[in-house]
Amino acid sequence: MLGEGIVKGMLETAKNFAGSYVSKERLTTVEYPEERIAPIEAARVFPFLVYDGTDWESGLRCVACQICEKECPPKCIYIDKSKDKKPDALGKAQFYPSRFDIDISVCMSCQICVEVCPFEAIKMDNEFELATDDRFGGLLLDRKDLAKSNQYYHSIHPTEAAEVDARLAAEKAKADAKAKAAASAAAAKADPAAKAEGATKAKPESPMAGGD
Amino acid sequence: MATTLDQIFILLRDWITGFLPQAWRPAAGIVLGAATIVCLFPALFALAVWMERKGLGRMQNRLGPNRVGPFGLLQPIADGIKSLTKEDIVPLNADAAVHLLAPVVLVVTVFMGFAVLPMGRNMVLVDMDAGLLFFFAMGASTEVAVFMAGWSSRNKYSLLGAMRAVAQMISYEVVLLLSGVSVVMISGSLSLVKIASAQNHYTGWLPNWYIFTPWGLAGFIMFAIAATAETNRSPFDLPEGESELVAGYHTEYSGFKFALFFLGEYLAMFSISGLGTTLFLGGWSAPLSILTWVPSWIWFFAKVMVSIFVFIWMRGTLPRLRQDQLMNFAWKFVLPFTLINLMVTALWRFMGEGWERWAVCSLILAAVFVLMGKVGMRREHLGPRSYRYAE
Repeated sequence: MLGEGIVKGMLETAKNFAGSYVSKERLTTVEYPEERIAPIEAARVFPFLVYDGTDWESGLRCVACQICEKECPPKCIYIDKSKDKKPDALGKAQFYPSRFDIDISVCMSCQICVEVCPFEAIKMDNEFELATDDRFGGLLLDRKDLAKSNQYYHSIHPTEAAEVDARLAAEKAKADAKAKAAASAAAAKADPAAKAEGATKAKPESPMAGGD
Repeated sequence: MATTLDQIFILLRDWITGFLPQAWRPAAGIVLGAATIVCLFPALFALAVWMERKGLGRMQNRLGPNRVGPFGLLQPIADGIKSLTKEDIVPLNADAAVHLLAPVVLVVTVFMGFAVLPMGRNMVLVDMDAGLLFFFAMGASTEVAVFMAGWSSRNKYSLLGAMRAVAQMISYEVVLLLSGVSVVMISGSLSLVKIASAQNHYTGWLPNWYIFTPWGLAGFIMFAIAATAETNRSPFDLPEGESELVAGYHTEYSGFKFALFFLGEYLAMFSISGLGTTLFLGGWSAPLSILTWVPSWIWFFAKVMVSIFVFIWMRGTLPRLRQDQLMNFAWKFVLPFTLINLMVTALWRFMGEGWERWAVCSLILAAVFVLMGKVGMRREHLGPRSYRYAE
């Protein structure tokens, strides 16, 4: 009969209207600024720079290799390589970024910088409340804004951070072993002083450059 | 005490006009009444907007506005301030005078309709003998305002929206009038005050509203359909179909002029609900004889607000019709059914008291409804669309 469908529809909306007052399942709204749901582990927004230890400036893993700057599709990363070298967290002399800016008004959170970084130095954050009333300066994050500790990384992406730590530890162990072997070889060959040339050749390049 | 409360507004008016000389009193009373209507209905409009946004939200399992004031009650005020402070844009090629006049004409004509609505016992601004006629005349003039808006904007969407609105309003105006005619046939008066008081008596506990008769129920349903179309409410909101016409006839309006259109739309809803209440739902009379001690104006406004809620409910439920469906529905179903209802009303009038007229009238109307629904509204099974291209 004509009008049956309308009655059925009206009953459906009435059910929803009344149901939203009694059933929490129907009314799924989370009133955001006051209430919030914890972000899922895989959530990612803009990248940040990881540092080891407690001092952000000396602990930065970044060695200013500028791969991310070159790979960045929207070109929102600006890096200036330092002139001098500074010891990194492991005590090895490295270049460091004297400037590392990310323009988050341009960044599209594609995570390509993270994927290309050979040093596990740049990772994705889940901090999304970055609104600012300063349109230009406020959205250009410098290295101080970007530097966040490894502990923070563990707190937002625990699984991923643990994997990264394991990988770094393995690499370090490998490098240490290599260095030790090289050192002992050098020591063995040190007696015949004539073969000093070979020792310099066997020197390890960089503890992390060979990361695969 | 009950009568004092019932007549409180009348007494208040008399008290205030009592300070004036005798000759000025009638005019002052009218001005006072008009001022009350002009203040009261925009306030109700704010409430209705809040109700609509909250209600629609709940129907869609959302919360609706809840930031401004407790339960978002101050949201309409915030919206009002926003639209008042917005820039008033008039398109370069628009007919500026008509563009300015259109919202004003709309609101004025809609307000005029309230003059003849009895909002309580003795509470009517002008007790006109042909009140119903006056109301319909004012309701029809809103179409002029709508077309003025669409034409003067010089925008294809505005014009298309206005043309749709006028076509729709004229089609449904006929039904609106004819369903009102059946009430006039029974009550024998065009005065809305007389129509309301004709329904204000009880059989036992139950009221003798016209909706509780077969012809009244049928007439009310047709009236409700036509009223929804008249006020451009969903599912008949084609004139402002966002998906195809931006916003219809008020596309080029911004700021306060747009607010006036918005106000006019809701005022039209109130006035048409008030008319439906007066014609079919007993006007200001109480739904049960034991509830007659409640002031009559409370009943009137309660009935209007319930009608508004039904409007909102329908908006939350039904999708928008297509233009051809709208016209087919008006001319092939609603209008013939209303005409048959007129004859059934005549039958009811002359069959005399007794159960026979109940049985005969109900049977005729039910049979016609089912039959016309089956035949008139039969869905045409169209094959797959084929195209012929020019060689």
